[in-house]
Amino acid sequence: MASLTPIDLPAGVTGEGAFDAPVDEEGHRSALFDYVLRLGDDALILGQRLSEWCGHAPSVEVDLSLANMALDLVGQATHFLHYAGQIEGQGRDGDRLAFHRDVLDFRNCLLVEQPNGDFAQTMARQFLYSTWQKMLFDHLSASSDELIASVAAKAVKEVAYHQELSVEWVIRLGDGTEESRGRMERGLAWMWRFIPELFEVDETVTALTGRKVAVDPNVFREDYERRIGEVLAEATLDPPPDQRPILGGRRGHHSEHLGHLLCTMQFLPRTYPDARW
Amino acid sequence: MVAAPKIEAVEPLKAPPLDGEGLGRGGLRGQLRVGGEVTPTQPSPIKGEGAESMIWAVLESVPDPEIPVLSVVDLGIVRSVDPNRVVITPTYTGCPATQVIERDIRAALDSAGYCDIAIGTILSPPWTTEWISEEGRRKLRAYGIAPPNAPGERRVECPQCGSADTEEISRFGSTPCKALWRCRACAEPFDLFKCH
Repeated sequence: MASLTPIDLPAGVTGEGAFDAPVDEEGHRSALFDYVLRLGDDALILGQRLSEWCGHAPSVEVDLSLANMALDLVGQATHFLHYAGQIEGQGRDGDRLAFHRDVLDFRNCLLVEQPNGDFAQTMARQFLYSTWQKMLFDHLSASSDELIASVAAKAVKEVAYHQELSVEWVIRLGDGTEESRGRMERGLAWMWRFIPELFEVDETVTALTGRKVAVDPNVFREDYERRIGEVLAEATLDPPPDQRPILGGRRGHHSEHLGHLLCTMQFLPRTYPDARW
Repeated sequence: MVAAPKIEAVEPLKAPPLDGEGLGRGGLRGQLRVGGEVTPTQPSPIKGEGAESMIWAVLESVPDPEIPVLSVVDLGIVRSVDPNRVVITPTYTGCPATQVIERDIRAALDSAGYCDIAIGTILSPPWTTEWISEEGRRKLRAYGIAPPNAPGERRVECPQCGSADTEEISRFGSTPCKALWRCRACAEPFDLFKCH
């Protein structure tokens, strides 16, 4: 994989030495809330995106695959967002966080909110995200935070399926017909600029890495790039040309697409508050 | 010697209805849920010796909503039972049956008179298909679902004809726990319970 433009990392971010800092419980709680929201929002937004395929996929088997992946992700989101609500302690539960926040308060990465496009673009996004999520959750299974560790350990088995499925499709479409190959190339080219954000390290990650709650994703960055490169090689695809990385999702700076997604996802609970089945 | 509890003297409590308005504000939801655990509403009549095995027997009567030939015990999701508490674990992170299972267990315990037993949920260690009992595997096969393989085992036998000449059609099947397979010998499609 061609190298990507490095992003600005705070100097000296290794997570070491953080134990020397004075204990700041309120600061820790706020960082933990932020981090768990990121985990929950990534899963929620990608789950919602995939569910948009329901009834529209190229075949019934693919339809089921996408709906099942969406279900796994929404399940992860449920656990993480409920937990985020508990950490925050303001009486918001997972549903409240999912359905009653606006764009600026979402903390998902930009990759997951990108539009489905065609099936190839959806699979390109899934491939880049699930490969990252699998590696992240492998590490988070050993988190010092009990809930993060248990959800990660449980979900990582499901994410492994998502990764396998998307890898198969990247290869099949990439090494397929002229048409399928062109579509996969365009899908990857769209998603490529959102990879660097996955490896961004800010104060939240730094603070929690020190306590072994979070993991600095750069510890698996080489593995990630190698894996992506191997799959693209097998798909006979060249990595897309480098583009300027786009960051900001973790701070609430989202693309226009997220607002449209939330309109659909949040319409019912916002229009009919307290509606029940 | 402790006298056996007099079960026949107990008037079984009626479980609250589980559909429609029964789950509204006045029903299960408002009454029983406190902080993610179910809080009992009435004292249990059956205590002491033998209570645990009787609770296990009640749980064995609770079917999995998606694969009703299996009980929640066959499925391996009941992690522990004591006279005060039943602890279950979800199968898949997003399994929509989890809440239904919890309600079904509540209803079964209530109607057997065990109203003051809390139901707790744990996530760790994560559920695995290795916890499905031998009895559960046998029931799955008889129902037409190939039971999960041991990790690494690739051979899948057709639950209809027993042939191992089978192939995967789709790794994702009708529910998160199943993959769709086909038998080349008898040409029948079938579900495989995925190794998890």
